[in-house]
Amino acid sequence: MSNDQDQIPPISPPHASPDEERVGVYVCHCGSNIARTIAVEDVAVWAEQQEHVVVARDYKFMCSSLGQELIEQDIQAKGLSRVVVAACSPHMHERTFRGACQRAGLNPYLFEMANIRELTSWATDDREAATSKAKAQVKGAIERAVLQEPLEPLFVDINPNTLVVGGGIAGLTAALELADSGYHVYLVDRDSSIGGQMAKLDKTFPTLDCAACILTPKMVDAANHPNITLMTWSEVVAVDGFVGNFSVQVRHKPRYIIEDLCTGCGTCIEKCPSRVLDQHFEVGLGYHKAIDRNFPQAVPKYPVIDTTHCIYFQRGKCRACQVVCPTNAIDFTQKETFEQLEVGNIILATGYEQFDARRVPQYGYGRLANVFTSMEFERMVNAAGPTSGQVVLRDGVSAPQSVGIIHCVGSRDKNYNEYCSRACCMAALKFAHLVHERVPDAEVYNFYIDIRAAGKHYEEFYHRVLEEGTHFIRGRVAEVTDAARGPGEEGKLIIQAEDTLIGKQRRIPVDMVVLMVGMEARHDSRNVASTFGLGCDFEGWFTERHAKLDPVVTMTEGILIAGACQGPKAIPESVAQGSAAAARVAGLIGRRTIKLEPVRASIEAAACSGCRICNNVCPYHAIVFHEAIKISEVITALCQGCGACVAACPSAAITGAHFTREQVLSQIDGLLWDMQPGVLVLA
Amino acid sequence: MQYGYYPGCSLERNAGAYHDSTMAVAGVLGLQFTEVDDWNCCGATEFFSVHQMQAYALTGRNLALAADQFAPKAALPVIPVEAAETPQLVAPCSACYLNLSKVDRYLASSPELAAKVNTALDAGGLHYDPGSLRVRHLLDVVVNDAGYDAIAARVQRALTGLRVAPYYGCLVVRPGFQGQFDDPEYPTTLDKLMRVLGAKVVDFPLKAHCCGGHMTQISEDVALELLRRLLKNAAEYQADVIVTLCPMCQLNLDVFQSAVNRRFGTNFNLPVLFFTQLMGLAFGLAPERLGIGKEFVASRPALAKIGTSGEVEQERAVGKRAKRRNDQSLPMPYMPEEEER
Amino acid sequence: MSASKKPARGSVFFHEVVGATAVDPHLEACLQCGTCGGSCPSGNDMEHTPRTLFAMIAAGMRETVLRSNTPWYCVSCYYCTERCPQEVHITDVMYTLKRLAIKEGFSRQSSAAQAPAFSETFMEHVERYGRSFELGLITRYFLRHRPLDTVKIAPIGAGMLRRKRFDLTPRKIRQIDQLQAILARADELERSP
Ligand SMILES: Cc1cc2nc3c(=O)[nH]c(=O)nc-3n(C[C@H](O)[C@H](O)[C@H](O)COP(=O)(O)OP(=O)(O)OC[C@H]3O[C@@H](n4cnc5c(N)ncnc54)[C@H](O)[C@@H]3O)c2cc1C
Ligand code: SF4
Ligand code: SF4
Ligand code: SF4
Ligand code: SF4
Ligand code: SF4
Ligand code: SF4
Repeated sequence: MSNDQDQIPPISPPHASPDEERVGVYVCHCGSNIARTIAVEDVAVWAEQQEHVVVARDYKFMCSSLGQELIEQDIQAKGLSRVVVAACSPHMHERTFRGACQRAGLNPYLFEMANIRELTSWATDDREAATSKAKAQVKGAIERAVLQEPLEPLFVDINPNTLVVGGGIAGLTAALELADSGYHVYLVDRDSSIGGQMAKLDKTFPTLDCAACILTPKMVDAANHPNITLMTWSEVVAVDGFVGNFSVQVRHKPRYIIEDLCTGCGTCIEKCPSRVLDQHFEVGLGYHKAIDRNFPQAVPKYPVIDTTHCIYFQRGKCRACQVVCPTNAIDFTQKETFEQLEVGNIILATGYEQFDARRVPQYGYGRLANVFTSMEFERMVNAAGPTSGQVVLRDGVSAPQSVGIIHCVGSRDKNYNEYCSRACCMAALKFAHLVHERVPDAEVYNFYIDIRAAGKHYEEFYHRVLEEGTHFIRGRVAEVTDAARGPGEEGKLIIQAEDTLIGKQRRIPVDMVVLMVGMEARHDSRNVASTFGLGCDFEGWFTERHAKLDPVVTMTEGILIAGACQGPKAIPESVAQGSAAAARVAGLIGRRTIKLEPVRASIEAAACSGCRICNNVCPYHAIVFHEAIKISEVITALCQGCGACVAACPSAAITGAHFTREQVLSQIDGLLWDMQPGVLVLA
Repeated sequence: MQYGYYPGCSLERNAGAYHDSTMAVAGVLGLQFTEVDDWNCCGATEFFSVHQMQAYALTGRNLALAADQFAPKAALPVIPVEAAETPQLVAPCSACYLNLSKVDRYLASSPELAAKVNTALDAGGLHYDPGSLRVRHLLDVVVNDAGYDAIAARVQRALTGLRVAPYYGCLVVRPGFQGQFDDPEYPTTLDKLMRVLGAKVVDFPLKAHCCGGHMTQISEDVALELLRRLLKNAAEYQADVIVTLCPMCQLNLDVFQSAVNRRFGTNFNLPVLFFTQLMGLAFGLAPERLGIGKEFVASRPALAKIGTSGEVEQERAVGKRAKRRNDQSLPMPYMPEEEER
Repeated sequence: MSASKKPARGSVFFHEVVGATAVDPHLEACLQCGTCGGSCPSGNDMEHTPRTLFAMIAAGMRETVLRSNTPWYCVSCYYCTERCPQEVHITDVMYTLKRLAIKEGFSRQSSAAQAPAFSETFMEHVERYGRSFELGLITRYFLRHRPLDTVKIAPIGAGMLRRKRFDLTPRKIRQIDQLQAILARADELERSP
């Protein structure tokens, strides 16, 4: 250890007697996950020879009940005062082993974990290097453990109100579950109506029940529920606080309608002279008025004025809607407003967007009139859509005699998105069925790489569509063209693909092409993630705490995710996640208080120079300055233990519990145990 | 603007018209092309089929020669300051362009390969560091460096009335890579250039499909069918001329057009010109200076249209796709970059 | 096992093909989607679609693959490479298969037997002069390899000469010795990897 160290003032009371600590070290095989690359027995034998260590063992699965009992027995029989487990990430099992310590009467904060799986055995195939790195990690953990101090957890009250962001099927489900359990929910959606993507759909696979029939009752329930405050046309702009006590700022965009007066009669919509293409709900296939709602059953029923197309907003004339409104509900002067909400938990259910088919020019979308996207087709078959449910070509009248459905557009492709969008195979099968239903004589061709029909009753649905006489051609489509090569192709769209089951190139002339565009994360998902302080993966999907074991919880306590914002999924899974997230929140609220890690900063009053630097550094506004005595103090309940102030304090007056300077430096020392002492310089 | 210029074998003779018109147009636009001294054949697609290392070495020699010749030299300020970082090498032939740029990129991506190629070059006392040249296609330089505005400003005799099918072929747009100047599937640079010259650009869905390359020599059946598809498509959209940017494409579509007609009983009569030839005409240069007349399918009758008014245009434009909208038709998808046609 | 090397799993032929391609073609990533076979302009005339060849390579069907006319009907349009969802360098693999077929003498037995001859005649000229010589190429290739077709091509040759689009004599580069030395060294390198 360098001499510089001695000049740093002591920041926690000198430790009683680290020399007397009795450490037990447990090295886990994790089946073969760790043992395959690390010589775990070696590490254990070596550990037993280290200072402070009274026992070291390796074991197949430390997290098993037998593994945990090993620790408990040693604590009691051998009088261990510190426990080190070298295994997986603390995210996985720190809680498990702390529990074991506690059961054996040892303060759980006297336990330390070395992650030799994610950081070591999974990171290399070099057995020798991995083994020596594992030893270094264990040494660091031992050195740190002996300096650890017993801590008591903190308890804070949980605000029973919950914020749900996004009113698609996932968010709606979560909101209704919580509201039905008696808890208050604020349901915020940026759109003018709740319902999300599902509201655009016609029938839903695999059972073919109509989307509106199963969705609109839920929408209405949400609007009428005494425990739900519905905030549409609104967005969350800022989030403060932490689990149990979030403070959220919501921006309400102006609708230009006084909601208390509007009866939803629709007269204004009828009379508005400005009719424009609806790129949003009708995905460009239909029109809406400058004052309108997404669809007649929209919830809430109030329309919204689209100022970019409203003649009054653009040219100062018109006001037709205001004139005809029987209740004087139109208010052109409305401004945006802000509202502050206090909630204990937040569920994000912001859903997905469609891949832009224009990015694949060889499929001709936008160039070739009769190439449609899946959502355009969905609106077309919807009885409430632009063609009242008729399947027609772009001319609006002729029914196609042949339809080609192209799978995997923008998905399963390294040029666009590598992942599979999961729901589009089933939607494609649904479309094939719907074409047969609406245009009985039409031939339908599905071009696919693999049919992904893994869900309850999905495969059966596939079989049903096969029996209906749909043609399945296994081959990803190369291109769609109107350049005919011969007489049979004139005036048609030609789909060119290899029929891989025959091994021959085929050109299938059709009247209509439907592109099964993939799902993508919302274009602003990264910004949303940063507002709420959670992670996003490379593609923009929100990151769950554990892909298998904790799919609706994020790394940020109190922030949960549900539905397609976590990754592509169909309605059944979205609903399951919505319910799961609600159950997690309800469980937490039921406990009334939540146990927090006692990892908090504290300021040693005698060392504080009163410079106030930490006051502004703290992102949680947890530090107050006592003007009278010119000293700063941390409000423990607000502190999140981020450590920013610890690093910022020029007088080294701030200590982060469980991360004291001594503890961290001796861990580093331990990690570098195999370096020569003379050479070691700690910056 | 100064550039190294790699003409390639075709421009020396069968596509002499391309070379002549390139030089004429470059003069008007103030682009200065200096030929790479003692360049050799790029190997076309043939070398890669037989000897891989030789193919790399062949193109490696050209790159090494050019890099040496055009390297910014402190004492001799040949290269203007603004281009001082990386000297640029222009190739008008698509195959040459692809070989030069692909070899440069592959050498950069694989130090192993670069070492091997340099071992070979060393036998001739040469060396090439990948990335020391920026390889460009002539079309890229013309539209992006000289620029559409400068081109528009030089137009003296707009190509009004001439219906042009812009043909890109393969190798200038594919394989696409980071920084490629046009879309590999549906390129539009040449379309825009032709519009700037005043021509009427017809939709040409097969504009980036393949002319068959050397297939005429391997299997006439395959080759003539590929050519038929292209000619049929251009004819259906009532093009007066096909405009190309590659000597191989020009040769195939032009020289073998009569063979296609004989084989399939068609009567295509589509002159195939280089884009630089049409630029030259629009700039008011004499057809002789542009090599016009060297093509097998005579272009003079089609070129006689230049200057005819737009009315004729209107009436002909009722192609098979231009369907009259009725009230019930559904809107077409919104295309953000949709240009005036 | 070093991180950069591919594991030795897979057929011997698969590794031969990958090893003979200058830059890693990612052939193992092929998911048999058929985009390449669907895109190929000469796909209809190929004995096997490119995708089929890749399945055969994985299965180690060396002789069938090297006898196939498929690589010879590849016109290097790069559509397949551009569209392949797995970024397989398909066109490069086609070149590799041509080279291997020539090396093994299989190419002469395929239904595209003339193709290598054309490439080889082309190369002979470049090796001798440094530039290609179209008139020489065409006459020599047809006379030597397709004597019966020579009459068919004659009018085209005449037309080219009339329009001064053919030279009567080849053009030779100045430093042909240098080029030949480089090519000789490259050849050595290719033979002894
Ligand atoms: C063509 C097609 C057909 C389909 N057919 C079926 C089918 O038949 N059966 C089936 O099971 N699945 C089907 N699906 C899948 C189905 O659409 C999804 O599983 C489902 O809609 C996901 O719901 P969600 O609530 O997670 O997201 P969404 O429906 O996308 O809802 C998200 C909501 O959040 C709101 N929002 C977004 N960002 C914010 C923000 N920052 N602030 C506030 N609010 C925000 C949005 O306005 C929206 O209301 C289909 C998908 C497609 C593309
Ligand atoms: S704003 Fe007035 S006219 Fe419009 S729906 Fe409401 S009540 Fe009816
Ligand atoms: S004022 Fe605007 S919204 Fe109202 S009727 Fe006129 S155009 Fe429509
Ligand atoms: S669900 Fe089917 S269509 Fe959609 S990306 Fe996956 S495989 Fe392709
Ligand atoms: S550790 Fe310091 S900066 Fe971080 S939250 Fe606590 S008081 Fe604020
Ligand atoms: S396109 Fe690519 S992934 Fe698909 S079959 Fe061809 S090589 Fe394989
Ligand atoms: S590069 Fe070759 S194999 Fe690939 S699509 Fe073109 S002709 Fe076919």
